[in-house]
Amino acid sequence: MSDYYIYQDQKRCIGCRACEVHCKTKNDVPVGASFCKIIPVGPHVQDGIPRIKFIFMPCFHCESPWCILACPTGAMQRRAEDGITSVEPSLCIGCKACITACPWGAPQWNQEAGKVFKCDYCKDRIDQGLEPACVTGCTTAALKWISPAESTSIRREQFAKKMSQGSQNP
Amino acid sequence: MSETSKKVVYSVCSMCTVRCPIEIEVENGAVKHIWGNPHVLGGRFLCPRGAAGKVFENDSERLQGPMIRSGERGSGEWRKATWDEALDYVAERLKKVIETYGPESVILGDRGGAFTDLQKAFIKALGSPNYFNHHGSCSNSVHNAHNGMTGQRRNTVSYDWKNCKYAVLYGRNILESIGTKEAKDFIDALENGMKFTYFDIRWNYTAAKADRFHIIKPGSDYAVNLGIIHTLISEKLYDAEFVNRWVLGFDELAKFISPYTPEWAEKESGVPAREIVAIAHEMAEVKPAVILYAGWMTAWTEDDYYFRRSIYMIYALLGGYEAKGGMLFNKNEVDAGYKPLKKFVDLVPKVDKKRFDGVGWKYKHLSADYGLAQMVPYAVLNEDPYPVKAFINYRFDPLSAFPDPEKFKEGLRKLDLLVTIDVNYSHTGWVSDVILPEATYLERTDSVIVKSGPKPSLWIRRKAVEPKFDAKPKWWILKQLADRLGIGQYFPYNSVEDIIAFQLQDMGLKLEDFNSKGIVSLAKDQIMWDRKDGLKFKTPSKKIEFVSSMLEENGIPSFPPYESPKEPPEGFFRLTTGKTAVHTQGTTLNNPYLNEIQPENSLWINTTEADKMGIKSGDTVEISADGVVQTIKAYVTDFIHPTAVYTLHGYGREIPLQSRAFKKGMRDNTLMKGLLKVSIGGNVPMTDCFVNVRKVS
Repeated sequence: MSDYYIYQDQKRCIGCRACEVHCKTKNDVPVGASFCKIIPVGPHVQDGIPRIKFIFMPCFHCESPWCILACPTGAMQRRAEDGITSVEPSLCIGCKACITACPWGAPQWNQEAGKVFKCDYCKDRIDQGLEPACVTGCTTAALKWISPAESTSIRREQFAKKMSQGSQNP
Repeated sequence: MSETSKKVVYSVCSMCTVRCPIEIEVENGAVKHIWGNPHVLGGRFLCPRGAAGKVFENDSERLQGPMIRSGERGSGEWRKATWDEALDYVAERLKKVIETYGPESVILGDRGGAFTDLQKAFIKALGSPNYFNHHGSCSNSVHNAHNGMTGQRRNTVSYDWKNCKYAVLYGRNILESIGTKEAKDFIDALENGMKFTYFDIRWNYTAAKADRFHIIKPGSDYAVNLGIIHTLISEKLYDAEFVNRWVLGFDELAKFISPYTPEWAEKESGVPAREIVAIAHEMAEVKPAVILYAGWMTAWTEDDYYFRRSIYMIYALLGGYEAKGGMLFNKNEVDAGYKPLKKFVDLVPKVDKKRFDGVGWKYKHLSADYGLAQMVPYAVLNEDPYPVKAFINYRFDPLSAFPDPEKFKEGLRKLDLLVTIDVNYSHTGWVSDVILPEATYLERTDSVIVKSGPKPSLWIRRKAVEPKFDAKPKWWILKQLADRLGIGQYFPYNSVEDIIAFQLQDMGLKLEDFNSKGIVSLAKDQIMWDRKDGLKFKTPSKKIEFVSSMLEENGIPSFPPYESPKEPPEGFFRLTTGKTAVHTQGTTLNNPYLNEIQPENSLWINTTEADKMGIKSGDTVEISADGVVQTIKAYVTDFIHPTAVYTLHGYGREIPLQSRAFKKGMRDNTLMKGLLKVSIGGNVPMTDCFVNVRKVS
């Protein structure tokens, strides 16, 4: 079962890319590949002011991962206890079927090794009770390491707060 | 299998000059990861540049050992040297210059900041008054403006984001040109309901979070402020009690401001008068919990000084000094009840000599703490006021930072000695006679610094790993040179531990006190001064002087009539520059990870103007000024003022040994011909640069 979720607070995110650099630093990812990425979308004018969204794209660690279905060798594996999907390098033959299969571009090509590698939520850190590097290092604490259930309650709280602020200052 | 050795070292980042507190994870003698120091920041938050410190450390495209030039200056022909050879080379030439022309013919420039004690002591011990830093191309106008009004530099106050209810920022791109704590504090404040008004000549990520945002005519920020002041005074929205107690020259301001109505300001800036009035009202309503960001890099225009003064005047009108949610005075170790942290510069006798740059005699209203680096080429070329023959350049790169590098280089070429001490290759290093590589911030321990603030503390940068290459810490380099030059007595230490023991000796503290958290807190709570009688303005009147005695005594008016910013001639645009969160100007462009994210700059140009020339986003355009021509890719947008173009500063590196950054993008400062000037605030007027743009077919 997929237990984890990286919640991104758009109001707090400043698009600084610290998440990407902390990720690459922690995982020693060579230039050319990125386990996570911030994609700026905008600016689009809303109420007279151009706004921008920074879309955070790690691996989403799907409940039914397409990459695993596509992998012919069993290199792409899902940890039963918490649902983290990762690559076992000794089994990867570099066929790129997972890259073809994933709609979000999460599996990355390791040019040096000729194999796929990807975001594993920094599972060695998770196993020590820590959080993924992208979350830990985030400049403005915009990323949060929580459960999917917690993320929906944050959304509700934020919405309710916004509603009440609106009623105080019409 | 051998056991993994792990340790954590608390230190201070140096990927930019914000100096964030960091936690370095070290494994088997190598940097494993760098985080923000959670004991100071409340979490391991750290900006992308800080996080990229590990790849910087491991990169081989940085200085690897002492180098002496073997060809012409700037030819890029070097020979490797031993430390003894390089230090002897520098010392012999310095001796010769001093014997022939006197000690004042030696000048020393650095980046400024907190770690300046040893280099200030060094130049003073040589008998030269000529210490200066990069502020002429950065914050001179805001420092000098605050100094002229309050006797306090900009950084003697800090912003109370935690309690702020309303913020106004002028071209301060606080969410892209970032310091970790400040960016997070700002976002926290927005989440806490702080309202935020932003003025800039273009949209950016900061503007995207604003409640009110206006693209204003370049250089008209001052006009907007005059409109705000007009409203605050004419509608009596100011804090009369604070003004009566602390302000000198209110009546003169009231008289001066009368023609500068919000309607007038609208014509100057393009910001609707009703908006200016609304902003003044909103500020007044929550005063004094208002932050008006006084500026970081403020080398904008000739009259930038007066614009910065107007910001501090609004603070005074709102009673914003030592105010919850406004500005708080920074307190130091003495304010916290300790004896001062000792400085080496105080061991050296005072030097009573005229400065090379005119500060203190020609420019009496400007501070010698910063000096005027832009005067270096003139002093060298004209031997005015006396010959300048040797330049010790410590981690400073005027050929990247200042306008008109060709002019600057002309001066540097005429020197008898140019020595650069740095961790990176720099354009100035590249034309030097000798480069002495400094150990990186991860490889050296530096002196203790006072982090003044409402709650002061002591900070220290500590060595986490052994130097990867043949590099040495600054304290060692300066000591070696001092011994060779007969001034070793002013550097009475043999190790950095000796330095720290000397610094701390009167404070009852020792190095071990930094072990657990990386800092030593000097106060339990915020130290607050009494707003009625305890504010420490250091002017002759001990007040905030709207009519500045410092200016008046030197024949400079406190309230000259407003002058509209210069308009670019037909077919030209004002060139403006800025920063991104992933780079520290040119110094990080060659960092493998940071280069990957933002390898090139582009030229922002307004859609209407671009359409006239048939320019589309992605097109290569030629940008030129006074015979200098550069090429760059265009980015066409509705969200920049039509009279301006914009680019990221620092690109177009010309050092072949930095292969990733070499000739990538456009080097902006080459276009700023003739701008090595001293404006009223001591700044170069960086944005008074008009460029022609055309499509390359």
